[in-house]
Amino acid sequence: MPQSKLMSLSEAVRRFIPDGSSVAMGTCLEAMIPFAAAHEMIRQRKRRLTLVGPISDICFDQLVGAGCAARIRAAWVGNVITGSAYNFRRAVENGTLEVEDHSNFTILTALRAGAAGVPFLPVRTALGSDLFKTNSGLKVITCPFTGDTLAAVAAITPDLTIVHVQRADRYGNAHFWGNFGITREACLASDRVILTTETIVDTQVITSDPNRVLTPGFRVSAVVHVPWGAYPSPVPGFYNRDHQAYLDYRNAGKSSEDFAHWCRSWVDEVSDREAYLERIGKDRLAQLQLKHHVLSEPADYGY
Amino acid sequence: MDTESRRYTLPELMVTAAAREIADGEVIFVGMRLPLLGFLLAKSTHAPNAVGIYELGLVRDTVAPEPILTMGDLPNFYRAQWLSDMADMMGLLQKGEVDVSFIGGAQVDRFGNLNTTWIRSGQARETRMPGSGGACDLAGLAGRHIIIMNHEKRRFVPQVDYITSPGYGDGPGWRRRMGLPRGGPSAVITTLGILRFDPETKEMVLSGIHPGIRVETVLEHTGWPLRVAPDPVVTPEPTETELAMLRRFDPKGFWTGR
Repeated sequence: MPQSKLMSLSEAVRRFIPDGSSVAMGTCLEAMIPFAAAHEMIRQRKRRLTLVGPISDICFDQLVGAGCAARIRAAWVGNVITGSAYNFRRAVENGTLEVEDHSNFTILTALRAGAAGVPFLPVRTALGSDLFKTNSGLKVITCPFTGDTLAAVAAITPDLTIVHVQRADRYGNAHFWGNFGITREACLASDRVILTTETIVDTQVITSDPNRVLTPGFRVSAVVHVPWGAYPSPVPGFYNRDHQAYLDYRNAGKSSEDFAHWCRSWVDEVSDREAYLERIGKDRLAQLQLKHHVLSEPADYGY
Repeated sequence: MDTESRRYTLPELMVTAAAREIADGEVIFVGMRLPLLGFLLAKSTHAPNAVGIYELGLVRDTVAPEPILTMGDLPNFYRAQWLSDMADMMGLLQKGEVDVSFIGGAQVDRFGNLNTTWIRSGQARETRMPGSGGACDLAGLAGRHIIIMNHEKRRFVPQVDYITSPGYGDGPGWRRRMGLPRGGPSAVITTLGILRFDPETKEMVLSGIHPGIRVETVLEHTGWPLRVAPDPVVTPEPTETELAMLRRFDPKGFWTGR
């Protein structure tokens, strides 16, 4: 019988994210961003983290503003519907944050190489761009078979990937649906995986549909039950995106003082996700819940 | 620039112009912001058989049932043709199966190179922007790409400070020398007009102006001596049908500023 990996969010963050870790987050792009975990990392004052992701919407900006990050390996950092994010911008301009510039395709490829256990993989993207100047993990190479010019993308192997899912059993087997972005690659490339999940279910629910499993449970270190754990980003089957939260955040990091105020009100003064949701308010959350449920047909796995 | 007296906004005109760049049956790699609307508009007017690819891992051949502000909004997942991951989407792009994509930028130069990473403003003062996202990939690998951006002198510069998304580099032959197998920008839709690229020199040429805009105004807002086509066309105004569709997809005018 495998051991239960169920634990609290504060314990998972304390045990598995030592200062200086590299952490992949926000790997589905706009959906399923593990904001609850990010806020707990801020509360525990994690330091010198390397953040890995494609775009992160405002998640990386919050971790940067709180002083948790020393380095970012990403394709885009900002607020998707409003543009720039100020903590990120200020930290890079001040020289307190190092950036390895990627495109979405190169960060994907770096994690694929990590997942496949090879030092690099070739692509045709990024050629002709200045990403080569600000990313030492990109090199121009010649294909040994065709003579084509290609870009070699060095592998990235994060210490940890944090993923929010719809349902998981206590052993780390999880169902995930919607768009995957670079999530599967990130889980396979990293040493450890922390799952935050909307619901905890019996193992039989997961094994009834193994096509829908995110990543094998044996590689998962912690399973944390966090309803609304991706709010304000959307979770298919559970809740829509709270656009207003992103609009409200637009100027939250405009100055360090503004951000300190935001961080106190929305992270430090709320002990956990439940307290946070109370602060958001029941009415607002109800507005975001699904109005139409659309179920798929079951697939027959019989023999 | 005054469109207040008109029955449409400037962004509505720009999205309509963008949608008209899409031909029926084409495969579109759909980017964020105005392109999200441009695809839906083309799909529901003149390009019913267009297919949309979204980099987060989604293929749609129908219009989403409700307005969306990001590609990850749940109505975009409803009865999608395929929900998958970015590797599959980028694979299709890399194989050459994407006809057209749309990207924006903070700086563009005469050869259509785009910068969304760093701006140097004067002595060593640098401004950091969000970065590439998928734009570098789309500019490198789509059959063609269309640039949508504000037309200002500080944005239309002789040479960008950083090439985030490659255009034609320094001119003819550059893309092939770099190893880019195809593509390049085919149009730049701005707040003032539409620019295309000379097939020989690969330089940007003013080929169309928006209603009420003078050619001189475009030249004043461009940071190099811009070439002008012999007879620039006036951008056709959005039709009633196009406006009705646009307002269905963006009922609060979030992108189109009503």
